[in-house]
Amino acid sequence: MKKIKISHILIYILLILLMLLCVVPFYIMIINATHSTNELYTGLSVMPGDQLLINIRNMLDKVDMPRGFWNSFVIAISSTLLSVYFGTMTAFGLFEYKFKLRKVIYVTLMISMMVPGQLGIIGLFKLSNTLNLLNTYWPIVLPSIANASTIFFILQYLQSSMSEELFESARIEGAGELRIFHTFVLPLSKPAISTMFIFNFVSYWNNFFTPMILLFDDDKFTVPLLINNLNNGMLQDLGAKYAAIAVSIIPIIVVYCFISKSLTKGMMAGAIKS
Amino acid sequence: MEKKRAKWGLLFCLPFIVIFLIFQLYPILYSFYLSLTFQENSRTFVFIGFENYADLLQDKVFWQSVGNTWKIWLLCFIPQIVSGLLLAILLTQYRIKGAGFFRAVFYLPNLITAASVGVLFLALFDWQTGSVNNALTDMGLIQEKINWMSSPAFAQGITAFIQWLMWFGYSSILLTAGIASISEDIIDASVVDGANAWNRLIRITLPLLKPTILYVLVTSLIGGMQIFDIPMTLTKGTGEPSKSLMTMVFYLYNMAFKNNDLPYGATISYGVFVIIIIFSLIFFKVLYGKEDQAK
Repeated sequence: MKKIKISHILIYILLILLMLLCVVPFYIMIINATHSTNELYTGLSVMPGDQLLINIRNMLDKVDMPRGFWNSFVIAISSTLLSVYFGTMTAFGLFEYKFKLRKVIYVTLMISMMVPGQLGIIGLFKLSNTLNLLNTYWPIVLPSIANASTIFFILQYLQSSMSEELFESARIEGAGELRIFHTFVLPLSKPAISTMFIFNFVSYWNNFFTPMILLFDDDKFTVPLLINNLNNGMLQDLGAKYAAIAVSIIPIIVVYCFISKSLTKGMMAGAIKS
Repeated sequence: MEKKRAKWGLLFCLPFIVIFLIFQLYPILYSFYLSLTFQENSRTFVFIGFENYADLLQDKVFWQSVGNTWKIWLLCFIPQIVSGLLLAILLTQYRIKGAGFFRAVFYLPNLITAASVGVLFLALFDWQTGSVNNALTDMGLIQEKINWMSSPAFAQGITAFIQWLMWFGYSSILLTAGIASISEDIIDASVVDGANAWNRLIRITLPLLKPTILYVLVTSLIGGMQIFDIPMTLTKGTGEPSKSLMTMVFYLYNMAFKNNDLPYGATISYGVFVIIIIFSLIFFKVLYGKEDQAK
């Protein structure tokens, strides 16, 4: 009995140390965002200061963060909606119907999940240039219609939870295939769709490489691009700089506080199946 | 009736097929074509065969970027798989109160924008004004401020640390799921056979975890070989000190979009692809090959 307790204490020490590693950098970021640049030069404080609003105001003078948030939101939400809607549609097509290209598409999905994303980036840049789509959101957003891992995840869910009888009885009552997809498949796939919705939204929101290559104008930049621009020295005010970084990170942390349970659960469920 | 319906399968897959062909397959093939050309000016590309690939093999900076990428990936992946496994085993073997809470905290860094994390760590480790130096001098641990980011070893180490911080929680969740999917019967049978906890771990849990470990390994390899966000933001786009953070995709970016040499950029992207394919196969063989030979 005593032995178990010692091992428990050791485990807790390890867990708390790891937790500190995860939390401390972001804690210092928040604290630093509340101090003036002069205070930051003199030393590290672990208590919050009272300069947060001033820092945010100074930051907003130099960095158009609201615009960045709007741009990031437009890209992330449209990409996410396209990826889950067409992802479910493709998955349903593969799941329900026996057609010629089915095997080919299935194998294509498997392979394209292994292909590194940067492989086609030069081609995508040239293609966007030819189609006059450089510096627009189209070449960033449209590819999400063909998001292989989303299709695969939802396909697995359909295989484990859909019943053929439901579709048959709907057909007898005269429902068309599109109607079946919209009134049965989409609502019934909600658990898988919501998991993919969160994961895709986060990864589209955080995407850095593709927008960096395809976008040129500051007023089209997403949050990660604006944060990267902080490095070019335009914003000398250190407190304001920390405020900018904090503003880019805190919304993610706040949202995560509400959804962490369902998110980690969804991840485990997905991992077990694959 | 069923045959008549079959066309709907194709219709439902049509948006995927069209977008996949235009925005994924075509760019990949077009990249390959470009890698076989020489760019005379912004519009004219002349076919030159495999010359770019010959250049790539001779390119010292490219090989340095290969070395940097591998060093950073290994420095990150080994601690990542060890800590991920350790956490997964500890949190499933022992009844730990708050296990779910800890898991959630460990996963959090994975969701935070990598670009922001890179800029944040650069500010924290700044020579003159960084919080780390301020804290160390306040505590009396150092007399003079340390110029952290001037050391190549430190720069690679901190990049690996950030990558580890962002991915260990993720791997531990996947491995936990892998352990949870091992059937109770197998575990029970081994307990009856008198296997102790350590034997059970080595003989049963780890071998049965192979698919999960391989998945974590290969996805980490694919991601790690393409590392860009952190080196880019951590070095203000320079890859310094001594080009120690010049990773493969960073070099691709510089060649294609700073030097405007699209063909050479495309060549690098295929170089990265070949490296990923070869090592994915090797890892697959190492994890699964032995077993087949034994049989």
